[in-house]
Amino acid sequence: MIDVENLAVDRGSNRILEDYAFHLEAGSVLSVLGANGVGKTTLLASLIGLLKPACGRISIAGRTGFVPQLFEVPFSYSALDIALMGRARHLGLFGAPKRRDYEIVRQNLALLGIEALEKRPFNALSGGQRQLVMIAQALSSECTLLILDEPCAALDYKNQDRVLDLIARLRADHRMTIVFTTHMPLHAVEVASHVLLMKSATDYLFGPVERTLTAENLSDLYDLPIGKAEFAGLDKHTFAPLFGSSGSTFHV
Amino acid sequence: MKRTMILPRQIGAALAPIPLLPLLLFLLVLTILVSVTLGRYDLSVQQVALILADNIVPMSEPTWQPVQEVVVEQVRLPRILAAVLIGFGLAISGAALQGLFRNPLVDPGIIGVTSGAGFGGTLAILLGLSGTFLLGVAFLFGMGSIFLVKLLSTVRGRTSLLTLVLAGVVISAFFSAAISITKLLADPFQKLPAITYWLMGSIASSSYTDVLLISAAVVPASFAVFLLRFQINILSLGEEKARALGARVVLVQWIILIATALVSAGVVATSGIIGWVGLVIPHVARALTGADHGRLLPVSGIIGAIYLLLVDNLARTVTTAEIPLGIITALIGVPVFAVILRRVHSSGGWAND
Repeated sequence: MIDVENLAVDRGSNRILEDYAFHLEAGSVLSVLGANGVGKTTLLASLIGLLKPACGRISIAGRTGFVPQLFEVPFSYSALDIALMGRARHLGLFGAPKRRDYEIVRQNLALLGIEALEKRPFNALSGGQRQLVMIAQALSSECTLLILDEPCAALDYKNQDRVLDLIARLRADHRMTIVFTTHMPLHAVEVASHVLLMKSATDYLFGPVERTLTAENLSDLYDLPIGKAEFAGLDKHTFAPLFGSSGSTFHV
Repeated sequence: MKRTMILPRQIGAALAPIPLLPLLLFLLVLTILVSVTLGRYDLSVQQVALILADNIVPMSEPTWQPVQEVVVEQVRLPRILAAVLIGFGLAISGAALQGLFRNPLVDPGIIGVTSGAGFGGTLAILLGLSGTFLLGVAFLFGMGSIFLVKLLSTVRGRTSLLTLVLAGVVISAFFSAAISITKLLADPFQKLPAITYWLMGSIASSSYTDVLLISAAVVPASFAVFLLRFQINILSLGEEKARALGARVVLVQWIILIATALVSAGVVATSGIIGWVGLVIPHVARALTGADHGRLLPVSGIIGAIYLLLVDNLARTVTTAEIPLGIITALIGVPVFAVILRRVHSSGGWAND
């Protein structure tokens, strides 16, 4: 689905990424983790095609849909207007959405459980609702690869749970491939099949969640002790940082 | 943006059951008929309607005098048609530019097209050109100023809202200076008064030739802009997002910029500088239709036509001397601009770019 080889990306005169390579099968969920400013958004921008690689190759089989972080529009479009814009690729230069486009968009709104918001002004919706409308927009482009930039940032636990559940459902029921960035390892634990830990422009770890998403790797990634925590009585685990201990030695 | 934009939407929703476009068209026709009756020579709406209907379905025995027909068809109608076309064209270009630059403070005047075309027109008059040549020169300079503004305000492929407006100010200032030089060079007894009065914007002396010239600019430009209605929606999300959605950003931008320059050139060539229409009207229209450009563009156009017709009626009836149109549109437009600027500012409108 996604093949990245020997990738280098520049922003202006700065090299943000160097010598990145990974391969993701269709139907996988990749979670990208890394410190602020390490180049997660740059990586996404090059996957979407907004940034041209300075060197190397990205090949993606299928159509890509993109959901940006917290989105605002300067005019009072309705939620339906915004979701309809996902049909851009299927309409010619002079085209406007027709009945079939409306049907597809309404199906996607229903899939996300936000059909009731259709007529509401987009900018008046809550962050979580806006996120869902943007996902509906991406799905309406009939993409097979969905790329989300911090889909859970600025959402409360309940809404994070909804978005994560949605990602799991899109993968299971619609065989979609999904790439998302996050600052929370626990999101990766819940839904990802693979993780990409970006430590610096040249240093990264890629692999399946079970092998790569470990307390050692995370501690190394964030330069902060991070522990694995088991939920008592459940066969589930999560990761939590040990705040206030930077500099001290710590063993997992 | 939230506070200012939600309320209009609700008004729009309340009006939704009434078909907006037919209603506005009806209002436009009514305004045209009433406008023809205004002036020193008294006429009734009924007479006007009959005289005009006669052109489509000739009547066996006219119930009016020949002089009335001349007043309606030769004196008043060309001017009224000119006002309708200019208002329509300016409002549509304003709406398209606001969407394109995702900026509620943009119109052809603000981004420097009008003064560029104005300079072109002044130059043409100085050189003794008129008609299509005047239009051509105005168009070239209008395009030139758009090109410069775009160049100045685009850094690494991104056009920032604030720099765009500032670049427009800079280019306008430059062309104003250029206009002043042209005036200085003009013959003070014949060409200078002509240039000065023309620059203030007036359609008092419009003929059917002028109307044709304006249509040649406004009709194809409006058509092109309307065809791109959905693309403008997408571009109003921002260039990056539009690219990610698969829109052909650069192509759409250029078609709209060329269409806008064409409208401005057509208006400037026949009627001088008439500003602020493209800024004010789309806001009124957006309050009625919401932001979707498929609905916004036609409604903007028709409201613009009605607005300019009303302004022109004021211009020719308030005093015995003719008030230049551009002065009245500026007197109305500037306070409205100020109010919008305050609202955008108070809701943190510049924060994202």
